[in-house]
Amino acid sequence: MGSITLKNIHKAFGDQVVIPDANLEIVDGEFVVFVGPSGCGKSTLLRLIAGLEDPTSGEVHIDGKDVTQASPGKRKLSMVFQSYALYPHMTVAQNIGFPLKMSGEKAATIRARVQEVAKSLDLLPYLERRPRNLSGGQRQRVAIGRAIIRQPAGFLFDEPLSNLDAALRVSMRLEISELHQRLGSTMIYVTHDQIEAMTMADRIAVMNAGRIEQFATPLELYRRPANRFVASFIGSPKMNFIDGERAAQYGAHAIGLRPEAISLSRKTGMWGGHVERVEHLGAETIVHVALDQGQKITVRTGIEDAVASGQTIFASPDGSQVYRFDENGLTLGFPENVPRSALM
Amino acid sequence: MKKPHTIFLKTGISVLGWTVALLLFFPILWTVLTSFKTEVDAIAFPPSFLPTQWTLENYFEVQERSEYFTHFLNSVAISVGSTVLGMLLAIPAAWSMAFQPTRATRHVLMWMLSTKMMPAVGALVPIFLIFKTAGLLDTLFGVTFILVIANLPIMVWMLYTYFKEVPADILEAARMDGATTLKELFYVLLPMSLPGVASTMLLNVILAWNEAFWTLSLTAIKAAPLSAFIASYSSPQGLFWAKLSAASTLAIAPILVLGWMSQKQLVRGLTFGAVK
Repeated sequence: MGSITLKNIHKAFGDQVVIPDANLEIVDGEFVVFVGPSGCGKSTLLRLIAGLEDPTSGEVHIDGKDVTQASPGKRKLSMVFQSYALYPHMTVAQNIGFPLKMSGEKAATIRARVQEVAKSLDLLPYLERRPRNLSGGQRQRVAIGRAIIRQPAGFLFDEPLSNLDAALRVSMRLEISELHQRLGSTMIYVTHDQIEAMTMADRIAVMNAGRIEQFATPLELYRRPANRFVASFIGSPKMNFIDGERAAQYGAHAIGLRPEAISLSRKTGMWGGHVERVEHLGAETIVHVALDQGQKITVRTGIEDAVASGQTIFASPDGSQVYRFDENGLTLGFPENVPRSALM
Repeated sequence: MKKPHTIFLKTGISVLGWTVALLLFFPILWTVLTSFKTEVDAIAFPPSFLPTQWTLENYFEVQERSEYFTHFLNSVAISVGSTVLGMLLAIPAAWSMAFQPTRATRHVLMWMLSTKMMPAVGALVPIFLIFKTAGLLDTLFGVTFILVIANLPIMVWMLYTYFKEVPADILEAARMDGATTLKELFYVLLPMSLPGVASTMLLNVILAWNEAFWTLSLTAIKAAPLSAFIASYSSPQGLFWAKLSAASTLAIAPILVLGWMSQKQLVRGLTFGAVK
């Protein structure tokens, strides 16, 4: 069991309020990702759950029990740090076995469990090495081994892949997802990378300035963003926002269009402009267009749509895929064609 | 063109280094050589660098006239005792300042250091009176206690600097792994800052061993360490240079050997984190 509930969590460092009021319910076995720009409070929220920070007010519940005052070690949670935080003076085996040593397990039990965990993570040949003699990916696995050996109620990951190179990041992402499937434990994962968030999460909490803007499944966030911030943060390339007269036509302060919801033509279309830059990605092409009267948009097209920088071009939004926002950035209405199945 | 210049600079620095080292070492060398001279040789003018007649007589006489080993054991007890006691206080203090700092931490550290700048003699009379009233004069505990207080600021400062080098993440990981504060200290922090802890202890042993002001002021016979043993050779009957030198050599020999053996550790500890 590993349900985690945050009730009216408020955190301030001196006069600076980092988390104004956070409420969250994470069900047992769920993979939840906290995503948001740097300094949005996602790591602080994770540390509050871990017990490494104390909330100024509010409660943290794990498995229905109030653990707000409990020390980190008593919360039955394991954490994988961005820096791995391995103990440099201990061997891999000692690192992995450390949590069991702290809970007073017998040496023989620890040895057996370390073997078991190391085997599952392909770390058996490295047990006697020190962390400094391991590669980045191996260190990451040791950190994961140390986290899983205690069979905790939940796992906390604080940007665990940001120190790895791109290729390793993709493979470790898969490993962590597999680990979640295998263990079925609750996992909370902090990242600023929305691709990581979208590919791994059951549900994502999008954070901005200490607030949880929306907590939903990846597809729901993509298709039915609660506000302009979520709409802009989820999706790559970003959603295009158009305001002024063009938005007024749709009865909104601003409208949002995904890059794939705009079509381009060299002859005719709703909005005129010129091509600023073209990015050929192979399977698709990203075209940056400067509309007349100054607004810039990004359009995703097929490879066959050969366009070149400087060309005059016309852009036409797909009317059925227009998101509308009011002056406070809240979503006024969703496009008609959002599949109902995406809603939870 | 550049090469001769570099060689010249290197030679110059080497010569300067050796000159300074020899100047600093000369008094010690002179003391050791004098300890092997006869009393007549020792006061001869012009002085002779090497003894005209090598003798061990001074050493025998020193041991006969006074209890070298009693003083030696007192020195060991005081320096080791004050180091152990000091570490017991300094480790938690440095831990809290390094990892749980408050707004006052910086000021407390500066204030602690400033106490080292106060001339010790300024506090002599009150401390002497307190010791007298409390019956601590000429006791090992009393002099150990005062040396703990005298050296604590340096110990806390040094440990604080070393502890700051340990990433907070690692201590948090230990906390997540279920370590109590005490276990976090013993299993993670202290092993990780071992060079720093060792050099702090070594430096404190050396400082306590060499301390003369408080040991001379607060001890007489029972608790007198080697500093008092040396001082006892400047007697009303006159100065016996050769015996005084023998006593001094005996007093500094243990710490000289300790310093020699641990110089690598000391240098590493004192420059720990400076090149990272």
